[in-house]
Amino acid sequence: MTFFAGKDMYAGYGASMILNGCSISVDKGKIAVIVGPNGAGKSTAMKALFGMLPLKKGSVTIQGKDIVNLRPEQRVMLGMAYVPQTNNVFPSMTVLENLEMGAFVRFDDLSRTIAEIFELFPILKTKQEQAAGELSGGQRQQVAVARALMTQPKILMLDEPTAGVSPIVMDELFDRIIDIAKTGVAVIMVEQNAKQALQIADSGFVLVQGENKFTDTGAALLENSSVRQAFLGG
Amino acid sequence: MIDIVNAITLLANYIIVPSLAYGSQLALGALGITMVYAVLRFSNFAHGEIMSFGTMISIFMIWLIQSLGISIQPLPTALLALPFSIIATIILLLGLDKVVFRYYQNQRVQPVTFMIVSVGVMFFLAGLIRFFIGTSKKNFDDGERFIIKASEFKQITGLAEGLSIRTTQAITVIVTLLLVTYIFWFLNKTKTGKSMRAFSDNEDLALLSGIKPNQVIVITWVLVGILASVAGTLYGLDKGYKPFVYLQLVLPIFAAAIVGGVGNPLGAVLGGYIIAFSEAFITFAYKRFLTYLVPEEWAPQGLVQMLSTEYKFAVSFVLLVIVLLIKPTGLFRGRTL
Repeated sequence: MTFFAGKDMYAGYGASMILNGCSISVDKGKIAVIVGPNGAGKSTAMKALFGMLPLKKGSVTIQGKDIVNLRPEQRVMLGMAYVPQTNNVFPSMTVLENLEMGAFVRFDDLSRTIAEIFELFPILKTKQEQAAGELSGGQRQQVAVARALMTQPKILMLDEPTAGVSPIVMDELFDRIIDIAKTGVAVIMVEQNAKQALQIADSGFVLVQGENKFTDTGAALLENSSVRQAFLGG
Repeated sequence: MIDIVNAITLLANYIIVPSLAYGSQLALGALGITMVYAVLRFSNFAHGEIMSFGTMISIFMIWLIQSLGISIQPLPTALLALPFSIIATIILLLGLDKVVFRYYQNQRVQPVTFMIVSVGVMFFLAGLIRFFIGTSKKNFDDGERFIIKASEFKQITGLAEGLSIRTTQAITVIVTLLLVTYIFWFLNKTKTGKSMRAFSDNEDLALLSGIKPNQVIVITWVLVGILASVAGTLYGLDKGYKPFVYLQLVLPIFAAAIVGGVGNPLGAVLGGYIIAFSEAFITFAYKRFLTYLVPEEWAPQGLVQMLSTEYKFAVSFVLLVIVLLIKPTGLFRGRTL
């Protein structure tokens, strides 16, 4: 049984359906990557998994328990965390305050979690008193991920964490994401940089028009010639 | 040398002390408007009437307390009445939120619609207040009137110019200082205050972090209630209460909030003092001031007054227009707590 799974999800905005029976799943300590062309429903699948978009059909389960009727904030309490693609920090608040707000639902001592996060993202430690809005794009993405980690989630969902950052920063972010997964967190992310993302993925989901076109391990998808031709530029 | 001291005393007496008090009242008002804007995202034109409502409750409570024979001489009874006024204003605001504002919030209406709604609330409250307390002027500054009288000051210092500080002016400045310090401490140091800033910064992310919008909105109205009733009562204490004046008071208060950068609390406070001081500096007659400073034969014949006092509201508007033209964001970038 997979740890976290969305099965045969159908969802959309108004009458237009965007997800047509798409399935995504991930296990503890693994990285699942959703790739696909623009408009394939990648971000929509994330929103559906997190409960920001109601499902017309299908299920979302954690350890086999159906959570499809829970609101996003209730899913946060169950150990899910979500990093939106844009507007994912509190710009006028300091890095430290961003972290504190990430842990808003926690009432215990945060100092250990904060120390762990500063170990993971050392740059944030030096910038902790700076407003998040003043940081560079890469640093801001780190703040965004760090904020989500403050609830000590079991499932971390990242919507294009490397959007708009330089290739060097991208590699660094991917390294951090691997580190996070190693601690036992299940990671699901949507990525535009499909090739690099699939290299670190334990499993990959290629979506086309809201359906799973290919589902396999990251390495296998990279080897698959039709995937390479259609989605990875040969 | 003595002339310079006299000139400075003159300025202190007619501009600095009164403007500090008036500026404090505007600052508290602007802080309330800015908080509503930062969290609920609309310009609350009813704010002046909310201040008026708070003042009305203060006056009723003062009458009640006085009739019971309780007094805290030399301090004005208003200080005793203030907690009741704060509670009543908070109840009013939470009621308005539940009955009026929340409905439009749930509809996710445009800010413009919200603004018009607040104008409606303003007229409703204005009518309600006049119904209860009438339109005549009420003075309720019992207690010692002066900390230092102009004549006493002259006697002590031997200067030709006197400096008077009224008790109400001192109380206004002290209460403002305490309240503003508390609000800033609350917003920057407490978890609830930070969650308000987070909500104002990025509403969607605040939701994802488990911050409850209802809680934030209620706390905002509580703070606005405290600020509005205190600002209104202090203004009435200083200048006398007349419901009609509070309708006009909204104008310089909005100017203060916008000059400072609407949505920014520090800007609102500074904006209050900027508006108050510019009104005073521009409508002050400098004849006597200059007479002290220039040789006798240069002494001005006229009043040397840039604008007559009746036009003091024009000053806030000119300032407002200048700021909107040159730096539309206000002195501090607004939109967020």
